[in-house]
Amino acid sequence: MLLQVKNISFSVPEKKILHDISFSLDQGKLIGIIGPNGSGKSTMLKIIYRYLKQTSGVVTLYEKDMDQMTQKNIAQEMAVVSQETPVLFDFTVKDLVMMGRTPYKQWLANDSKEDFSIVEESMQLANVLYLKDRTLGKLSGGEKKRVMLARALAQQAKILILDEPTNHLDIEHQLQLMDLVKELPITIIAALHDLNLASSYCDELLLIKEGALHMKGTPEQVLTEETIEQVFHVQAGVSKNPFTQKLHLFFTQKT
Amino acid sequence: MTKLRFTLLIGALIAVLLASMTCAVMVGSVGITPSIIWEVLFSKIGLSIENTASKAQSIIIWEIRLPRIILAAIVGAALAISGAAIQALVRNPIADPYILGVSSGASVGATLVILLGAFSFLGTYALSFAAFLGAIFAVVIVFLLARVNGRTSVIRLLLAGIAISMVFSAITNFMLMTSKQQGGIQAVIHWMLGSLAGAKWSTIGIPFFIFLLVFILLLLNYRQLNALLLGEELATTLGMNLDGFRIFIILVVSLLTGVVVASSGSIGFVGLIIPHFVRMIVGSNYKLVLPISALMGAIFLVWADMVARIAIAPEEMPIGIVTAICGGPFFIWMLRRRRYSFGDGE
Repeated sequence: MLLQVKNISFSVPEKKILHDISFSLDQGKLIGIIGPNGSGKSTMLKIIYRYLKQTSGVVTLYEKDMDQMTQKNIAQEMAVVSQETPVLFDFTVKDLVMMGRTPYKQWLANDSKEDFSIVEESMQLANVLYLKDRTLGKLSGGEKKRVMLARALAQQAKILILDEPTNHLDIEHQLQLMDLVKELPITIIAALHDLNLASSYCDELLLIKEGALHMKGTPEQVLTEETIEQVFHVQAGVSKNPFTQKLHLFFTQKT
Repeated sequence: MTKLRFTLLIGALIAVLLASMTCAVMVGSVGITPSIIWEVLFSKIGLSIENTASKAQSIIIWEIRLPRIILAAIVGAALAISGAAIQALVRNPIADPYILGVSSGASVGATLVILLGAFSFLGTYALSFAAFLGAIFAVVIVFLLARVNGRTSVIRLLLAGIAISMVFSAITNFMLMTSKQQGGIQAVIHWMLGSLAGAKWSTIGIPFFIFLLVFILLLLNYRQLNALLLGEELATTLGMNLDGFRIFIILVVSLLTGVVVASSGSIGFVGLIIPHFVRMIVGSNYKLVLPISALMGAIFLVWADMVARIAIAPEEMPIGIVTAICGGPFFIWMLRRRRYSFGDGE
């Protein structure tokens, strides 16, 4: 078992954000986390990548309690592209991608030949190699996202967590990014807003509603007309995308 | 920046620093030529045989000007790297090394000594000791105020720093207002604006070694400093123990600025502008920012001290006035340049 979430709850003063969520994930899949705004998707991810600490429950990685692991060890197993893109202070793209090697570095260690080649490969993979000497502040939204992805790839982790990776991207870049991610031979956990993206790329979906796990299954199992109406309060029609043969959804305001 | 260009830049800056220091030894009421300076220097370390310098010249160079100029370089370098580290810590480009209350705390200590004669049993060390104690005391309070639920909050750190600075400044001002000693008040104001006049070989050792220690510690952690600039969340996912690292930075920077302020008063502006200037040239990577800031800070303060000595000779101008007057317009020019974004990504 790769990752196991057992009875996770999370509260801030006067508000319970997650209640009693449990699920487990196997290796190599692309797992989508979907749910309405404020349902707790990001919080769930933040707990998995240990930025927030759950109020109760356990998260295990390879059957090991993550609370017992050092942040550095976790960073070697798990890379994250979060919603925030750093704009503060300017780094060149290659310096930024090199930061993905941080979890492997001891105090006095220099950037090795191996690090440079990993960084180069990661930039190649995320299609940002041509930007390597540019500074981050001068890139477009899509380019920034891909640079952050390259940085995460340089971490060479077995799990990649993406928090709404397609936000602010135009449709071309959305598909480009999702295609790229889908090809990776690692486990991906992505919080997604766009249900059609979720259905066409994810192997498995976790639907979160009001801080609780509402349903878990394949896109076909989860994205039904009834469930969508229940959770998102819109009327939905289910069809097929003629290009990909994947499930495709239509929506209208509930009457 | 390539490795070669970085090495060249470092080499050039070291050359400029040495030239500036030589120049600074020459300037003053007694004229001295560069060759005499190096002769005295070499004979002092036992390398030279011939010595054409007079005894007076040799004393002026060795006992008076040289320690002072070396202290200027150390203080400039120390403030610059402290500023750079603090800006990474609070992830805010307006921060300077005094933002955690160091200078206001030190002022209270210094005022206590000058006006009320506190710690008189320590003799000539009373002033430095009290200033250091005040600085560390202020930082400890700020730090404790910024701790919530076992975490250090950056915004609380900034606000607590401002609040504590206000309270401590008020205490200093109260002591100044109620004091009847004109000379003492003058001395306090002079101290607060900074001066390197008291430098002796015996007093520059501690600042030098603390600077060296902190510089090496910061440079060893350049990856963590870089990660901090990316934001808390990203730094965490890169494997950083955020809280531990913050405490470490606060500790080493407070130690260094405390020692520096104790030896030369609170010289303003260096710690704010030098890191910005350096980032404008080499970018934000702290592997480059730290060593270049140290050298630039040293050069800047050597020149500032030179101006302080000659501007209104034979009187001496407090060096804080020089750094602000020279640094201010320069900073404004930089602010107006469109290429430098100050990190807001515009």
